Amino acid sequence: MGFVRQSLTVAAKDLRAEFRTKEALNSSVAFALVILLLFSFAFEPTQEQTREIAGGLLWLAFAFAGALILNRSFARELANDCLDALVAAPLSGAALFLGKALANFVLLVAVELISLPVFGIFYDVNWTRQWGPLLAVVGLGTWGLTVVGTLFSALTVNLRLRELMLPMLVYPVLAPALLAAIQLTSPLVMGQPLNAELMVWLRLLAAFDVIFTALTLALVETVLVR
Amino acid sequence: MNALEATGVWKFYGDFPALREVSFQAPAGGCLALLGRNGAGKTTLLRILAGLSRAGRGQVRILGGDPRERETRARVGVLGHGISLYDELSALENLTLFGRLYGLAEARERALEWLERTGLERVRDARVREFSRGMRQRLGVARVFLHEPAVLLLDEPFTSLDDRASALLQELLRAAIRAGRTVVLSTHQLREALQLATQVALLVRGRLAYTGERSAEMLEDPGWLYRQYGEG
Repeated sequence: MGFVRQSLTVAAKDLRAEFRTKEALNSSVAFALVILLLFSFAFEPTQEQTREIAGGLLWLAFAFAGALILNRSFARELANDCLDALVAAPLSGAALFLGKALANFVLLVAVELISLPVFGIFYDVNWTRQWGPLLAVVGLGTWGLTVVGTLFSALTVNLRLRELMLPMLVYPVLAPALLAAIQLTSPLVMGQPLNAELMVWLRLLAAFDVIFTALTLALVETVLVR
Repeated sequence: MNALEATGVWKFYGDFPALREVSFQAPAGGCLALLGRNGAGKTTLLRILAGLSRAGRGQVRILGGDPRERETRARVGVLGHGISLYDELSALENLTLFGRLYGLAEARERALEWLERTGLERVRDARVREFSRGMRQRLGVARVFLHEPAVLLLDEPFTSLDDRASALLQELLRAAIRAGRTVVLSTHQLREALQLATQVALLVRGRLAYTGERSAEMLEDPGWLYRQYGEG
């Protein structure tokens, strides 16, 4: 069985299990919506200045809500010692990691696609004017969050305080990607097209994804077998 | 040919040596009973043999290969303390998943075959979380044997098994040994282990205190080994 098929098998297993219980998905969607709602109370949504920082608010909601999904990723394997069976099976750590990352990516994107229209209503923003580039930025930013978060989910899975440790470890590492995603998202939700300055941030985001995907795929075997 | 070889294996948890220079060989086609009291290092040694943990020092070979090589793992079956099955998936989905991960060409057919062998074919589409304890255990046993491994590594396999699951496991292990497969099992249940074993290894505080063939003396008096080589 090839690397890609192994990854897809693991991803399909994770998605099937999650869609049956919806434990992480429901809590993550609810959390994202609560964050957006609370921020809309704190700021005046109709003010232009508020709309300009709306991209930042959006990514904070994505990052915080995403931590709930990422935390569950490897924690799900602890019940019945399932992680041992996966590590003992003849699939590479990289295939296992990639499968889990793909499942997390799908779940995170689902949360974001539910949050975006709600964000548009709360902040009175027509975010669909640059929907193509915006979805590309959301995809790239989410993949960055996913690969870093999935690796740290594996690293912290046996810790008692993993719910606390995961965000503490992920957010500092994720800072360049979050910064780039925020810089790109704010103008895009306001309907501004990508210009030369924004392309620099886009390249940074893409480079972050490539580097951290390669790094995590190389490191994950060491993380899983200690 | 030896199915398993451990040479000078040490494992540290912090400064504490859980295993101290453990060396042994297990020939192919036998059953090695890994005995020892709680904390002796049995689970640690089995985890290293299964490729779930790395030795601090020393070397382990299974079927001539490194335990972390994919080719080696494809020929090894591991049963730890948990059943290693997903509660949210059905019995058939669980076995098919592991069949695919082990690269079986007809994973679903093999899964159906093992559900029948373990008496679970009627509940094949029920989710594992709805299963009784005994059914879960039988399904766990089916998962380990699904890909017909050449080496079986079982950690406390008889602990808390119900009568039916215990009988099934004993029957499958006997058949596996007859078929030339190698079984390594750690256990506190001396009588059951010694009846199956062709070889015995006794761990005392991380050290291998005894390794050798199972003798008639051990079968007659399962506590003899502990009194002779253990700590009473």
